[in-house]
Amino acid sequence: MDWINAVIQGVLLGGLYALFAAGLSLIFGVMRLVNIAHGDLIVLSAYLALTVTTALGLHPLLALVIVVPGMALVGYTLQRAILNRTMGDDLLPPLLVTFGLSVIIQNALLAGYSADPQKLQAGEIETASVALGSIALGVMPLIVFATAVVVIAALQWMFYRTALGRAFRATSDNQDIAQLMGLNRAHVFGLAMGLSLAVTALAGVFLGMRTSFDPAAGSARLIFGFEAVIIGGLGNLWGTLAGGVILGVAQTLGAKINPGYQILAGHLVFLAILAIRPRGLFPRIDG
Amino acid sequence: MPMPDPILTIEGLNAHYGDFQALYDLSMHVEAGEVVAVIGANGAGKTTLLRSISGLLRNAPASVLWRGTPIGAMRADQIAAQGIALVPEGRLLFPSLSVEENLIIGGQSGRKGPWNLQRVYRLFPVLEERRNQASTSLSGGQQQMVAIGRALMSNPDVVLMDEISLGLAPVIIRQIYEALPGIVGEGLTAVLVEQDISKALSVSTRVYCLQEGRVSLEGQSQTVSRDDISRAYFGV
Amino acid sequence: MSTLTVTRRTRLSTVVLILLAPILIALIAAPWWAGRADLRLMGEIALYMSLATLWNLLAGYAGLVSVGQQAYVGLGGYLFFALTMLAGIDPYVALPLAALAGAVIAAPVAVLIFRLRGAYFAIGTWVMAEVFRLSFAQVSALGGGSGTSLSASIVRGMADGRAAREAMAWWLALGVAVLVIGAVVLFLRSRQGVALTAIRDNEVAARSLGIDIWRSKFIVYVVVGGLTTLVGCLIFLQKLRISPDAAFSVNDWTAFVIFIVVIGGIGTIEGPIIGTLVFFALRETMADLGTLYLIALGLVAIVIMLKAPRGLWGFLRDRYNIEIFPLSRRVTGLNKGA
Repeated sequence: MDWINAVIQGVLLGGLYALFAAGLSLIFGVMRLVNIAHGDLIVLSAYLALTVTTALGLHPLLALVIVVPGMALVGYTLQRAILNRTMGDDLLPPLLVTFGLSVIIQNALLAGYSADPQKLQAGEIETASVALGSIALGVMPLIVFATAVVVIAALQWMFYRTALGRAFRATSDNQDIAQLMGLNRAHVFGLAMGLSLAVTALAGVFLGMRTSFDPAAGSARLIFGFEAVIIGGLGNLWGTLAGGVILGVAQTLGAKINPGYQILAGHLVFLAILAIRPRGLFPRIDG
Repeated sequence: MPMPDPILTIEGLNAHYGDFQALYDLSMHVEAGEVVAVIGANGAGKTTLLRSISGLLRNAPASVLWRGTPIGAMRADQIAAQGIALVPEGRLLFPSLSVEENLIIGGQSGRKGPWNLQRVYRLFPVLEERRNQASTSLSGGQQQMVAIGRALMSNPDVVLMDEISLGLAPVIIRQIYEALPGIVGEGLTAVLVEQDISKALSVSTRVYCLQEGRVSLEGQSQTVSRDDISRAYFGV
Repeated sequence: MSTLTVTRRTRLSTVVLILLAPILIALIAAPWWAGRADLRLMGEIALYMSLATLWNLLAGYAGLVSVGQQAYVGLGGYLFFALTMLAGIDPYVALPLAALAGAVIAAPVAVLIFRLRGAYFAIGTWVMAEVFRLSFAQVSALGGGSGTSLSASIVRGMADGRAAREAMAWWLALGVAVLVIGAVVLFLRSRQGVALTAIRDNEVAARSLGIDIWRSKFIVYVVVGGLTTLVGCLIFLQKLRISPDAAFSVNDWTAFVIFIVVIGGIGTIEGPIIGTLVFFALRETMADLGTLYLIALGLVAIVIMLKAPRGLWGFLRDRYNIEIFPLSRRVTGLNKGA
């Protein structure tokens, strides 16, 4: 029974990891950009929510109303002001610039909030659970998982059924020709990053409600998100959810064996999948 | 009384392809309603000319004039919004988009005019049958139809066509060229880059020949002599 | 008749080569003219210069942008502690042994993470470093998560007395820096090195010339892994204490190193050297600012990447056409004949 419980908790944890990964997957799909500062932006969202909840006395879930559009704006501005200048054939500039951003965000948070761990206080919902036979399912993890499913379904719909998604796919296919269609590449990329950070904001708030966080917590989140993307297969959003779930289950099972093995078990499963299926479990079929 | 500005004027255009200069002080003009053919050997600078006009290559502002206004330094999307569309060499459809999505995205800018999905499907009925297919699953000729339709969907005032017959079977080329009068019939202006000289002359009103990045000949398509063309084309 | 000659030498490079011997002798003699604190700082500079030179070979020449080199720094530290304390091996034997082990471990790691392309490769290297960190945190013989200190008997066994020990630590650091920079210069002048530069400049053309790209990159990754492990040994020999968080710190062993190379000039031999000197000059004057210093460093790196992507050295070289280490060939005698 313990093992089944661990698997179920892992699946639910995977929802959070899929949220970490979805934004990463989106910007890679649209502009082949890998944002090393992604994890730090997740943590930045959590701190933003912390400030909003303490300043306005809002529940963290209500703070989303401010944090999500706020981060979307940050993303659009960041892309237009800085990242668009790094886009080109050479992969070094975007990589090093986002790496620099990562260090800046981390230290700015350290200067602003100190290194003390923080947590978003969500009240009774934190401990509420529903019983499923003899297994107790936390309400909060259930909400996170359901949100992940909804977010991924919405992104999928946006990508394949809307004008914005069409613009994303066209720009991803051929930037020059997309520009001939009247699409301003700089603006399209800005929208993609804005949307990516909107999802990141959700991930950050849920992270802050689930565990305590500190300014250095970003790199682990970047890595979990990245592993979920690669396990699921590049360019496949539902694959990313599957990747998150596999990673989550690996971690809870690892922790069940020995608490020190939790994170390590996730990394090992990732490396094993990389060794056996380098393109991930569900790669997008091209062409 | 001053003459009205031509719809498109190229004035002293120097354009580069990578490190290599492809066009030297090139000047030409296109009047509204004309079909202008641009011919020339490989490497003469034809494609660079179209890339410069459409904004894929940025140049000095006054080297390209649109109804007398400088547009040489504008971005491609801004130029598209002015009413200039390009059918690029090699078609370059969006592989992630279906046939119909490729057409819809051509009309993205929302310019008003006679062209819409129905009209494109009437021009190329085969596309309507395949509207939901991936654009990559089409034959070369059908892909060229999508590329032309995609350009028309923006209801342009000028359409630039780059080697639309390249790599297609003769019967398909004939089909596409037979559709051309229906396209340019209603006052749409066209600039046609073409390898096939007799095709180019038969559908155009005026012709420019390029040689090593310079205009080597300009004339009326119906009256220009074959000897003049071969001299201008090969430089002998 | 004019005589055309192809040479790699420039006037500046000749001057520097002539000056190199007295500079080296002065550096070797440092224990007799430098104070304790200065000697320690110079040792740290030499080790950072080595790390920067190695990362630059990976990212600037082989196109392998790693953000996980802390894996090998930490591995070096732990291997050195384990070999000397647990296996009782003489420290001077442990150093080359650890370097060799680092290279041997780097080989299968390369096979695995070379499956990731571009930026994903970068994050893959980071995952590897995390795997190393978490694994060493499980080794209770080396103190587990809280780490351990190098036992005094081993430190004492390396040299007689404190002054001799400190001199020895400096000579080792200096020796490694000379070894690393010399090896990289020689490598880049070799056939393999020319092949590598060809790959960086144009991968398709290099492939069509029959250069085995995977093999070239693999060799570079493995050699850099071994040498970085060696540097790691010396870093923690200086520190005398190791813990998983310090050993596998992404900030200390990768972020700083990347900033050094970007500021100095990526893809040049001189860049990492100049970058290291600039980095330490800044650190010695601004370190009191703490986090603000790091923010400033990040900003400087971003601005350089956007405005002058070839760094300080690239700027100087373009401006004055100079080169200290003779790598590029130039034709002389052309204008004489005209």
